[in-house]
Amino acid sequence: MAIDQATVRKVANLARIKVTDQQVANLEGELNQIIEFVEQLAEVNTDGVAPLTSAVAMTQPLRADVINDGGYADQIVKNAPVTDDGYFLVPRVVE
Amino acid sequence: MSELTDLSLSEARNKLLNKDITATELATAHFAAIKQIEPLNAYILTTEDKALEMAAASDAKLAKGQAGILEGIPVGVKDLFCTKDVRTTASSKILGNFIPTYESTVTANMWTDGAVLLGKLNCDEFAMGSSNETSYFGDVVNPWQRRGDDNKTDDTKLVPGGSSGGSAAAVAARACLAATATDTGGSIRQPAAFTGTVGMKPTYGRCSRWGTVAFASSLDQAGPITRTVRDAAIMLQSMASYDNKDSTSVNVAVPAYEKALTGDIRGLKIGIPKEFKVDGMPAEIQQLWQQGIEWLKAAGAEIYDVSLPHTKYALPTYYIVAPAEASSNLARYDGVRYGLRVAGDNIDEQYANSRAEGFGAEVQRRILIGTYVLSAGYYDAYYKKAQRVRTLIKQDFDRAYEKIDLLLTPTTPTAAFGIGENIGDPLTMYLNDIFTVSVNMAGLPAISIPAGLSADGLPLGLQLIGKPFDEETLFRTADVMETAANFTARPQLMAK
Repeated sequence: MAIDQATVRKVANLARIKVTDQQVANLEGELNQIIEFVEQLAEVNTDGVAPLTSAVAMTQPLRADVINDGGYADQIVKNAPVTDDGYFLVPRVVE
Repeated sequence: MSELTDLSLSEARNKLLNKDITATELATAHFAAIKQIEPLNAYILTTEDKALEMAAASDAKLAKGQAGILEGIPVGVKDLFCTKDVRTTASSKILGNFIPTYESTVTANMWTDGAVLLGKLNCDEFAMGSSNETSYFGDVVNPWQRRGDDNKTDDTKLVPGGSSGGSAAAVAARACLAATATDTGGSIRQPAAFTGTVGMKPTYGRCSRWGTVAFASSLDQAGPITRTVRDAAIMLQSMASYDNKDSTSVNVAVPAYEKALTGDIRGLKIGIPKEFKVDGMPAEIQQLWQQGIEWLKAAGAEIYDVSLPHTKYALPTYYIVAPAEASSNLARYDGVRYGLRVAGDNIDEQYANSRAEGFGAEVQRRILIGTYVLSAGYYDAYYKKAQRVRTLIKQDFDRAYEKIDLLLTPTTPTAAFGIGENIGDPLTMYLNDIFTVSVNMAGLPAISIPAGLSADGLPLGLQLIGKPFDEETLFRTADVMETAANFTARPQLMAK
């Protein structure tokens, strides 16, 4: 098995998703099943093949380095769970 | 049957322009239809007051001869498109109360062209699913039912496909004239096939992704679900545009797609990819595919066998690329800036609690797979490898298109299945996208049209795959095939 329960916990922590012991046990099986399925790509010879970074041939457009948007903090924070005076509030992070 | 809700979009447009009907009558008839099909759970929000205002504005414009191409046309919008001041959730608990302060480019284009918003349509959570069973708002029910051995209707509830299950169900059940949808691995075409509707996925970059909730950014593309090919052509003309707010939007002119429907496909070269003849393909799917070949031949097209050797690797490639991109995109749901917030002792715990409670099981699974394949030590082995295979998949198509104009394949390996039948087995569920997913990997346009019925009376779709930005040839051929198929069957559960 590529993924053991410790790996599930580590990945869940990286993804910031809290998981219960029961979920860890279920996810171990489910994630291994999916990883086993995708591992068939190992049999494809990709020597000298560049990774595809864009499905459509195009060059990344550049725009002028100027401020062309903004000035509506009230709209930005409108859907936030807790705000104060145009700021997002979070639990204390600096003691 | 309300005659108004049974019209095609193009018929309704003509009647509106001729002043045979009004936009207000059309919208009102559709709200009556929506009420009748409530048990399908296709709509998760209706916007009657707004719709009647929009319809009145359309009637005024029609009276003045200033109609846009969708003037007065009532549409449903997949709940992945942000609609200003109208709740947008991606069918997720984590966005359960999100009210956008802005409008997606695709829907903004449609309102400019006169469309009327009936409401927001259910879908799989964050568009992750092939059966519309992962929505926080509950399953969508397919308007179609199986015909049992005794020729009586079997009332087993079937899935409408996914992720655009609400869009497909609402269009099939005559609860809107057209719907917006999105397609990351088959999410427009597979539900269209399962519900006897037309589903069109444009070339990547054709429709702006701005204001559409992101799943896998290099694959996501918006498109329409409609009841006819002509309607899809009209819808796409409105939805598509170049948009400088989306850096992957491609700056090419949007043709008047309806003009492409000439009915003439003589001399067109159609490729039949041999790798799509998968082991265990049901005989009825093979027969349907052969029937499609015969229709195109009879219309004067030339048929060629082609090879897309990396087809079998499209699905495993997808299940690395899509979760990887999803895990990055969904990092924004942190309980700070918008969405659900579940308290914790510190900010990390707050993130973890909010995301555990806000995301459903399938979304969590995909975030974890994506985080795993992107994590230190695995990035090259999984993600980079998948991107290299993706290049090979795209090269297969490039080579085929040197000799042919279009490809013809089945849309799905089976007809619609029962609710609950596959939800416990992620891998079986993923196999639904086996014929649709390589199109997304290569960024190509494709369309599914209803082509026949399964032995138990359920719709089956055929898929045409086109060259990049050649949606016109796709529409032209789909229109010819639609005429030949003459699909007139109707779902059992539709607005009367």
